[in-house]
Amino acid sequence: MGLRKRNFIMKALRYFVLIGFAVITILPFWNMIVVSLKPFQFAMSYPPQLLPSDLTFANYKEAWTSGNFGHYFKNSFLISIAATVGGTLVACMLAFALSRYRFPGRKMIFGMFIGTMMIPGITFIIPQYLLLKNLHLLNTYSGLTLLYIAGAIPFHMFLYKGFFDDIPKELEEAVVIDGGNRWTFFSRVAIHISLPAVATSVIMLFNGNWGEFLGALTFMSDPEKWTLPVAIRMLQGTHTTEYGLVFAASIISMLPIIALFLTFQRFIIKGIAAGAVKG
Amino acid sequence: MQNSLGLESNAAVGKPKRRGWLRRHYGIYLFALPAIVLFLTFSVYPIIYSFIRSFSDWQLIGASPFVGLRNYRTVLADPNVGIAFKNALLNFVVSIPIQVVFGLLLAIVLDRPIRGRGFFRALFYIPVLVTWIVVIQIYLYMFNKDYGLINYLLLKTHLISEGIDWLGSPTRTLVSVFAMGGWKGIGWAMLIFLAGLQSIPTDLYEASGLDGASKWQQFRYITIPGLRNTTVFVIVLLSIGAFNVFDQVFLLFTGAAPSDYDVPLSMIYNKAFSELNFGYSAALSYIMAAVIIMISVIQFKVLPKNSGTEG
Repeated sequence: MGLRKRNFIMKALRYFVLIGFAVITILPFWNMIVVSLKPFQFAMSYPPQLLPSDLTFANYKEAWTSGNFGHYFKNSFLISIAATVGGTLVACMLAFALSRYRFPGRKMIFGMFIGTMMIPGITFIIPQYLLLKNLHLLNTYSGLTLLYIAGAIPFHMFLYKGFFDDIPKELEEAVVIDGGNRWTFFSRVAIHISLPAVATSVIMLFNGNWGEFLGALTFMSDPEKWTLPVAIRMLQGTHTTEYGLVFAASIISMLPIIALFLTFQRFIIKGIAAGAVKG
Repeated sequence: MQNSLGLESNAAVGKPKRRGWLRRHYGIYLFALPAIVLFLTFSVYPIIYSFIRSFSDWQLIGASPFVGLRNYRTVLADPNVGIAFKNALLNFVVSIPIQVVFGLLLAIVLDRPIRGRGFFRALFYIPVLVTWIVVIQIYLYMFNKDYGLINYLLLKTHLISEGIDWLGSPTRTLVSVFAMGGWKGIGWAMLIFLAGLQSIPTDLYEASGLDGASKWQQFRYITIPGLRNTTVFVIVLLSIGAFNVFDQVFLLFTGAAPSDYDVPLSMIYNKAFSELNFGYSAALSYIMAAVIIMISVIQFKVLPKNSGTEG
């Protein structure tokens, strides 16, 4: 068998795997999208709806207006943005201190953050509830935001630290010679070098906060304060068989994440891979 | 803040005079302070609080008398805990092979340049990003006995002769929902394997190519041994994740799950929020944490150094 022929077969085989798997990946979402675009009565018909016909945006309109999803979208957006900005800043600064400097207590601080990573979050959801209650932070945006930030620190500190560890000392010395200080080095140099890590961390943080439901479900009982995941959950509870409506709401909630990911995917994929290899 | 951040700090690694050192370098602590304060308040304090309360008859209102190890004894004697751990083990058995096998396959296919590589890589990662709140809706819809896509496809291909009631028994439900979890996680495994493949030095392939090694021999004697550490890393992280399974089980039911369906974490939640048995819930939490820590310790023992152990 000639080399060219064999290469051709290899390539065909690779495409076979890729396209086959693309179908497996897309099919569930496709099913959801088609149903969300169909009138109510088609949701539970057999055979399953896979062809886009009789399309309507009625489900989307209903979810956004009478389902109040515009409002939940805003809630989710505010909390996710605040928690992402806060989490990035706080985790990044901590990682910088732990990575670049030796100081008394460094090992202990590192151990505290890493040690608690093993304990599942549900373990302390009740004390967190009591804590928020005592601080009058139940049913507040800031309460949930602060919890999200605190919960995100260990993992994201770890991600940043892997990158900061690799920055050569000489670079910092160069900044000093040019009259800069620690803050200049951090904000102007270290962050810039670590942009893949920043992009990864920001998207992962945003995605985590955007999709989080257990905390939101537990600490935000006031319907005015619901985030998208809680609202979808409630919608499913009250409209069990209206799959079109529930799927329309789900797709509304997915769009920002998919858009964000596709925009920054180059960075993110590099960052996740590097984070896994470096720690 | 600016002028206090003296740069000589780097040199001060040796044995500084503590006081003067602190005065000049408190800037370092300022970097770490916000994270420490937030974390102590919202994570460490609740952890310690619930740990202490796990030794008491925990009441939300009124006194919570100390009862020693009673909660722990009750948990260990509860047959439902055994079921919950068995269900988590089922997740381990169902979801991990799916993620490892398909993740590895896709990584190998995407390792070398091919048209559409970036597109496929991004596409396969999308299910990882979608929250379980949404995925569980798709699951419930697709696995419906009467109008679901899964039964339709199985019937059409004559793999089954009549529709399977996926949601009819705990085992069938859990196996199918865990399989869906495997589907959701393949993209993550793929990315980690891709990183592993890219860290295998290319000169190994070049040198062996010059020595006349075939593609298959290269795969067998360079790629597979080169991926050993990555594979261990992926399996360890997936194992921890498999025992921490919660979302998909918790979301299956609108109320508390029947105990046949419970996994450890959903049991922790239900014991507290449905049965208000907080002491029991806390004790189970720490037994669960001990199991996770054990798996993690084994991770550090099994994994060689400098191979992604820190991730």
